[in-house]
Order: sequence, then C-alpha cells, then structure tokens
Amino acid sequence: MKEIDEIRADFPILSRKVYGKPLVYFDNGATTQKPNCVLDAVDEVYKSYNGNIHRGVHFLSDMSSEAYENAREKVRSFINADKREEVVFTSGTTGSINGIAFSFGERYIKAGDEIILSRLEHHANIVPWQMMCERRGAVLLVIPINDNGEVMLDEYYKLLSSRTRLVSVTQASNALGTVLPLKEIITAAHSINVPVLIDGAQGIQHGIVDLKEMDCDFYVFSGHKIYGPAGIGVLYGKEKWLSEMPPFQGGGDMVDKVTFEKTTYNELPFKFEAGTMNYPAAIGLASALDYVSSIGRENIATREKELLIYATGRLSTIKGIKIYGNSEKKISTISFHIKDIHQYDTGMILDKMGIAVRTGTHCAQPVMDRFGIDGTVRASLCFYNTKEEIDTLADGIEKVKSMFA
Amino acid sequence: MTIKEVQDNIIEEFSLFDDWMDKYNLLIDLGKDLPVIDPKYKVKDFLIEGCQSKVWLHPVYDGKLISFTADSDAIITRGIVALLIKVMTNRSPDEIIATDLYFIDKIGLRQNLSPTRSNGLLSMVRQMKLYAMAFNAKNK
Repeated sequence: MKEIDEIRADFPILSRKVYGKPLVYFDNGATTQKPNCVLDAVDEVYKSYNGNIHRGVHFLSDMSSEAYENAREKVRSFINADKREEVVFTSGTTGSINGIAFSFGERYIKAGDEIILSRLEHHANIVPWQMMCERRGAVLLVIPINDNGEVMLDEYYKLLSSRTRLVSVTQASNALGTVLPLKEIITAAHSINVPVLIDGAQGIQHGIVDLKEMDCDFYVFSGHKIYGPAGIGVLYGKEKWLSEMPPFQGGGDMVDKVTFEKTTYNELPFKFEAGTMNYPAAIGLASALDYVSSIGRENIATREKELLIYATGRLSTIKGIKIYGNSEKKISTISFHIKDIHQYDTGMILDKMGIAVRTGTHCAQPVMDRFGIDGTVRASLCFYNTKEEIDTLADGIEKVKSMFA
Repeated sequence: MTIKEVQDNIIEEFSLFDDWMDKYNLLIDLGKDLPVIDPKYKVKDFLIEGCQSKVWLHPVYDGKLISFTADSDAIITRGIVALLIKVMTNRSPDEIIATDLYFIDKIGLRQNLSPTRSNGLLSMVRQMKLYAMAFNAKNK
C-alpha cells in the first residue's frame, strides 16, 4: 500500500488550512474529498471532449458517450454485477432509492402489502418508502435495534411474512457506523422470495462489494462518498426487476404509459436515464473507482479498521464521553456525546480548531429517538486520515470540555 | 443608547480578540448575561426551531417598547441570542422592524446567518421582527 504521505498528497484539499489551523477532515460520511485523478478526469471532459451523450453523430458526442459507457462498465466490474444493463446512473443514493420506491411501488405494491426497513436507516431510505406506501396503501415495518445499535435479527425474522414485498436496509449506519448482517437479512428474505435493496451509501467505500456474492436485488450508492464527484449515483437492479419496472421519471399517474413505451429509451438501462445525465460526473466516478482499486480495497478496509480501533480507544479514555454504536462490526465512524455539552457547541468549537465533524441527527432521527437523544457529534474517518489527526480531535474535545465546564 | 451605538459597542468588544477561541469564549460569557425566559414560556409557542439547537424567545410589549427574554439549549447559541437581545430589547416596534443588523457580519458571525445554518440566527431575527409587526398592527 502507498505510504500515507503519498496518499494524502493525492488529495489537494487535505493540505489546506482552516482558520489558520491544518484541516482535520472527519466528515467523510457526509462527503469524501477528491484525488487529483478525479479532478483531472472531470476537467478533461470539459476541456477536451465535451458533447452530449447518446445524442449527436459528431466526434465529441461519440467520445463522451464512449467514456460514459466505459464508466458504466467500470462500475459494473467494481461491484461485480452481472450485466452493464443492470447499472443505471442516477443523481445519487437518494435519487436511486426514490426511483426504485416509485417504480417498484407502481409495478408490485397493492394495499396491505408490507415493506421492511431497519431502525438504522437514513431518511433517504425511509421517506421514499413512506411516500410510496401512502400512495399504494402499503405498510412500513421496522426492524428494531439493540443498545449497541445493532439490528435485532430475531425480530426481523418475525416481521417477514406472506405480505412482505421488499426489504430495504442500509449496508452500514451513517449515524452509528454499525455494519448490518446482510447475508442473514438477504438469505431470510430470499427464502420467501422477497427481494432486498441494500443502501450502499456508507458501505461501498469501506471495503469490497461483490454483488454476485451478496446476491441483493438492488444496490445503490453515491459517487461523492467514494471519492468521486457530487451529482452522480448508481442504481443497480437485477435485470428481472428492472425490465418489469416502469420508468420513474415522467410523472407517475399522469404519465400516458403508451407514450412512455414509445420513447427511444425503452431498453435497459436507458429507460431509467431520462434527460441528460451527469456524464462528466460519471466519468469522474470511474476515475475514483480506479483510484480506490489502485490503493486496494482490502488495504483500505485494514487501514480504516486500525483507525477505528485507535480512535475508539483514544476517545473512550476521555471522561464524560459516551459513544453511541458499539457493534463489533463497524465502519470507521464514531458517534459520541460529551456529557452536559450540546453537540452544536462541540461542533462549533472543533470547527474553529480546523476539525470538521458533523453534529445533529445525521438525517437519522429514528436512531436518535431510539437512544433518547437529540443528536451526536460524528467523526467519520477514512483511509487518508491519520492517528495524529485523531489525537488532534481528542485534544480538541478536552479543549471543548474546558470551555464549557 | 441607539441601536447603532449598541452594535458599534459589540463590534468594538469583539475586535479586541483576533483568535476565534477568544471570540467564542466571549460569546459563552455573554450567554451567561442573557435575560433568561420564565420557564413557563419555554413551550412550543415560543420555540424557534433550528435544526440543531432550540431557542425560546418571549416578547413583552408595554404599549411603547418591546422587551425580550430567551434561552437556548446550546451555550454558543445562547450567547448569540444574548447579543441580539442586547441590540433589540426595549425598542419600539418601528425601530425593530427597521433595524439593519450589521454587527453580525462585522464580528464574524456571518457564517451563522445563512438560511440553512443550524442555530437559526436568521429565524431569531425574523421572529423578533414578526413580533414587532404584530404589535404594530395591534396598535393601529
């Protein structure tokens, strides 16, 4: 694996200062920073071969279209999907889930049907299903979590029934870091022929994702959380589902389906890619995936585990800190609260020390409700972070404590 | 003191500190001087909901001037509210409505002003002006 200094040199923003202090970027769960190769790839599109994809007969359009389709193939190979037709580009995880919720609902859901989610879901994997359930008269069921922030599998098994139409869970909790037991969840659902959607927004950047092995029916993620540009996401779906589901762009019940069927984008994956896609971002994402592969996904997982263990140990020794989410299996995200100090106050002071963390409910209010709190401070680390930065955070927390004591 | 004078005083006070930590320490201290709201007003009706920290703001109008009491669950936010109240309390509705709060920008709290910002500073200012408008309307 590359040395840490070399890795950090690949990310120009990491060397900047904030309020005169070296930046400590611990908000990777919200978005990751971009390596030079990604910035160059996007720059290159606009400088050298920008043309709208799949539209023109001219040179530039051909070149853009080819790069865009190569990006699709890159994604397919990265997640080990069967076919490129199963890889749809979207605006991000939220766009992907909204799309699936709409199309799946239109095609398969009727009154009284049930969708199962977990208590750990980000709002992006709750609200689209609520909207769909409201429209179709379906019901949402929620897998509870225990005090460690882990889903309770025995409760999940009880929720599965002949009314279940889909299970949609996250690969890892953005708020607590918990990694979910996907194998158990997927196997149980499949045993009664229920498809499963995995929200990979907090999963794919932390290790190997092999969809042939995972065998989920849908897998979604965002480009910007895996070192790619913002505004691009992926919706993977098994062909048998995607070919049956109607397109999600066009306006639901108001859409004349006959007209829709006559559009030129009626084949996979194009039937789900209406309008001009963010092709420069897709091309940038391909470059990001190359970068991640060049570092090595096992290497990333190993390094992040080291950082998680170090950070957990370091923060645990600070008096008054409570860490939320103590599962054995976690991504490198630590959610915590300092006794008697509002997370907003903590975040504001850490910010002035150059430390970027996220504070609040992390778009996962049901998780906060479960623990009876109104928010936490979240440090989400990734492979370009260092133990020294964790020390800076620990010192910062001590400073916060002294200021608000 | 006029609203302008109070704002200029605040700007001068903050200008003594170059370091962000010192500015925030000052804010924390100011929070301690906040005219604290009667607990019976710490209810939903007087809650200004930001995304992260809660602020309760209660106005009293004596027919001429409006005074405010407030509280927040976050200490920095309490300091910011205390500053706002310093400027806005015991003013006529017309004064409050017309006030241009330039001090926020000048002391470097501008980042707290954007609409998506979590402490709801903008909502607090808006709420103060709304109360002033409401009292004005009642007068006429």
